[in-house]
Amino acid sequence: MIDLQGYGPRLLEGALVTLELAVLSLILAVILGLLTASAKLSRNRLIHGVGTLYTTLIRGVPDLVLMMLLFYGGQIGINMLTDQLYYAFDIDIFINVDAFVAGVITIGLIFGAYMGETFRGAFQSVEEGQMEAARAYGMSPLLAFRRVRFPLMMRHALPGIGNNWMVLLKTTALVSIIGLTDMVRVAAEATKATHEPFLFMIPVAVIYLLIATVSEWGFAKLSKRYNTGFGEASEWNN
Amino acid sequence: MAATPIPLEAQGIKKRFGNHEVLKGLSLQAQKGDVITLIGASGSGKSTFLRCMNLLEQPDEGELIVHNEAINFRTTKHGREPADWKQVERIRAKLSMVFQNFNLWSHMTLLDNVIEAPVHVLGKPKKQAIDEARSLLDRVGLLDRADYYPTQMSGGQQQRGAIARALAMDPEVMLFDEPTSALDPELVGDVLKVMRGLADEGRTMILVTHEIAFARDVSSQVIYLHQGVIEESGAPAEILDNPRSERLRQFLAPKH
Repeated sequence: MIDLQGYGPRLLEGALVTLELAVLSLILAVILGLLTASAKLSRNRLIHGVGTLYTTLIRGVPDLVLMMLLFYGGQIGINMLTDQLYYAFDIDIFINVDAFVAGVITIGLIFGAYMGETFRGAFQSVEEGQMEAARAYGMSPLLAFRRVRFPLMMRHALPGIGNNWMVLLKTTALVSIIGLTDMVRVAAEATKATHEPFLFMIPVAVIYLLIATVSEWGFAKLSKRYNTGFGEASEWNN
Repeated sequence: MAATPIPLEAQGIKKRFGNHEVLKGLSLQAQKGDVITLIGASGSGKSTFLRCMNLLEQPDEGELIVHNEAINFRTTKHGREPADWKQVERIRAKLSMVFQNFNLWSHMTLLDNVIEAPVHVLGKPKKQAIDEARSLLDRVGLLDRADYYPTQMSGGQQQRGAIARALAMDPEVMLFDEPTSALDPELVGDVLKVMRGLADEGRTMILVTHEIAFARDVSSQVIYLHQGVIEESGAPAEILDNPRSERLRQFLAPKH
């Protein structure tokens, strides 16, 4: 057994932080992505403009810069807001921008923009007749989305989501810079203290790989599920 | 008033796409048990008229009354639109549409297609919906295909399945938009047979079709549209056997 010189438990805790951060960011990114795709397909020019501004901004600025802007800038912004609240309404609150929350928001925001593009293509891949039938049978827009468009678009969206997820997972390493103790930060600290980079970085790499492998398996399963009803046509026709 | 409600009434429906006026004030009244057939050349507006009836297209002018309930409209800067979409959803659920391209939901089995709207729109218990769906599938000859996906069925089977889906709503009126136009000729007969059965049992139906012989057999009224105007309308024998206008005569003339 490798001797992690006492850093083992902390490394595992860090791995858990990485995983939590990644999963929560993914959820936020998917929600933002769906909203962005809807906005960019909207006929309302203002909504369309907001969607376009968001994706252009996010995709054009480095992830690390965005993260620092949000982490430091966010705290200043919130302080200004709470100050105003105090002066105006005598409400005294203090909100601390926690590194974990800042990490989730930043990564979610970044990948929301990429997901938006993935979902936009997937939205459009759904045949209009499928949605028309949903409307014709009295479904509300929300029900039609949930029962018809979403399951149909997932078939096209899943490869893109899977790809974004892999990149997102690795992007979480950036949070170690804003002070969040994920496994990369633990490994970096351990390396500094012990001068044994391989001892700590290789396990970190292996854990990332492990998460990635399990995800690929999961996405393959999901993909199979959303592909039911497609592709096995000819042999059944009679 | 104790009078039986009129299932569907359209009054003075107008519709334009850009500068082109496709419907120039069309009216129609479907009494219970009526089978009204819309015929006309492509571009005459017959499908658009049908699609206005369940508001898949928004009429720019005119009234729509379903089962004595008038649809409320309001005018916005983008044009006229229904004032209350909840009302539209409720009314659409009473008007089942059968599409030219079937439009069965491709990610669901045939059985799931048939129970989908009854369960999720009407709120029927699933078990009851399944029992009803099975007997409807039996009726259209597809009980053995209940667990098939649409891509695993022929066009004719899909269309019969789509008719079962429409029937599952127990609709006030059934709307058929060229239901046999996308089918191979040898599959048309089965679909028409199912539709004839519905007409015989007194279903109120409005259909757009090119099957003149079928229209003659089952319709209570035939409406001939030309460029968004009702050119002739009446009982099938009178319209189809003794067309008054030269245009309808030409339209009905056997093509080669």
